[in-house]
Amino acid sequence: MSFRQALESDKFLVTAEIGPGKGTDTGVLLEDASILKDRVDAINVTDMQSSVMRLGSLAVCHLLTDMGIDPVLQVTCRDRNRLALQADLLSAWVLGIRNVLALTGDHPTLGDHPQAKPVFDLDSVSLLEVIGKLNGGADMVGNELKGATDFLPGAVVNPGADTEAALDLQIIKMEKKMEAGARFFQTQAIYDLDLFAKFMRRVEGYKTKILGGVILLKSAGMARFMNKNVAGVFVPEYLIKEMTETKDKAKTSIEIAARLVKGMKDLCQGVHIMAIGWEKRVPHVLDEAEL
Amino acid sequence: MIIATQKDLAEIKHMIAPYKKVLIVGCGMCMTFCSAGGPDEVARLAENLATDREGLTVEKGMIPRQCSDKFIDRLEEKIQDYEAILSMACGNGVQAVARRFPDKRVLPALNTQFIGIEQEPGVWTEMCMACGDCILGRTAGVCPVTRCAKGLLNGPCGGSQEGKCEVSKDRPCAWQEIYHGLKRLGLLDYLRGETQIKGWAVHPGRVIREELKAKEG
Ligand code: SF4
Ligand code: SF4
Repeated sequence: MSFRQALESDKFLVTAEIGPGKGTDTGVLLEDASILKDRVDAINVTDMQSSVMRLGSLAVCHLLTDMGIDPVLQVTCRDRNRLALQADLLSAWVLGIRNVLALTGDHPTLGDHPQAKPVFDLDSVSLLEVIGKLNGGADMVGNELKGATDFLPGAVVNPGADTEAALDLQIIKMEKKMEAGARFFQTQAIYDLDLFAKFMRRVEGYKTKILGGVILLKSAGMARFMNKNVAGVFVPEYLIKEMTETKDKAKTSIEIAARLVKGMKDLCQGVHIMAIGWEKRVPHVLDEAEL
Repeated sequence: MIIATQKDLAEIKHMIAPYKKVLIVGCGMCMTFCSAGGPDEVARLAENLATDREGLTVEKGMIPRQCSDKFIDRLEEKIQDYEAILSMACGNGVQAVARRFPDKRVLPALNTQFIGIEQEPGVWTEMCMACGDCILGRTAGVCPVTRCAKGLLNGPCGGSQEGKCEVSKDRPCAWQEIYHGLKRLGLLDYLRGETQIKGWAVHPGRVIREELKAKEG
């Protein structure tokens, strides 16, 4: 079943994520993908995550389609202007890529080429609109295309935005993304299900599918780091304690993730698992969450 | 106003190294107000350079504005005695002087930063990129083109933390400022509606107003 078919069914959706590395060696990356293959509905491929120069998402997505995996091409507005974005989208389509996640992208100053010129010619909302236009058979200025696309567009939302203003803004922007064509949302990592439930109540009745984000906690240190440095991610103290006190970090990490996944079954329409290097453990999480 | 800062003294010295007679010219407008190229700064730079090497003559000059030929004309006579002009104007002023005196060496003493305001003594913030299509009416007087690190037009990225921008903890997230401004005015609905996509003007920009041209002629 393709990701689109899964999305259109009543199935509880499961997506995962892989991040291309720095260089041309795709060995581990594709091995991770093959481990995930039969357990997830789609695999996201990140677009130079954290603004660090890496192997491109488009090529890796293409390799995934060759493996019979339905990829989600993550596209950020950081590095390409509107010409390049549209060209890359057309290229993705002819390479068999069917799902696109429209993102603004991190600022280059956060990455390993901090002097790079940021582009941000479009943003996540206008990019979604452009995808809609390409799907309709025209480019963004209305020129007819010889052969249109038919992408399934998605976007992200951050339910854990840390101030009232930030959360209101997230929700207003989420509405704009839906109007611009987003058919599904993957969220930033969630560790507090009560907070997430509160968010879900605010967006109740929105005609879209929301996949709650799960990042495998590798250690207490990682949790503290995220609390301090990652916008909208909040790991509660009791989880940090659990990770500190455990003798088997991997096991506890899997248990925590599985608990979160289980909890989300009643809250939203799917989960998006970001294993950041622990892809091999994702099947264990899904087993434990009975998915 | 336009904000600039003085170049490193070493860089300035390097630029004027080939010359024996140098005229420093300050600017009475923005550069005076942002304390980068007013009379005080001209005097200080002259002092710093005067003792630099033997045989170097440094003279001071000041005109009300370096971006207008009307005032630049005043330099005409004085300039003849000097090999190089060290301009303490913004890049606009330096170019205006260079254009007016194509046979003279005209050098910049400042690094022009941006159009901005003095936020508090010693702190300046960029406010406008002169984009040619002002949207401040929709954004509660806060410019996202300039003050959002990504120039986003349809709401914030997900990167803000405690109201600060993802690029730096001491930089407010422009979108949170827009939100608070619109909320105060009861205009939060302005955040909704049509998707904004920026059209970029061609550079170098040019404004032509026929009615004024006709008057001149
Ligand atoms: S939108 Fe911003 S950059 Fe453009 S003219 Fe207005 S203040 Fe300046
Ligand atoms: S944090 Fe705010 S100001 Fe900074 S890039 Fe994101 S939206 Fe713009």
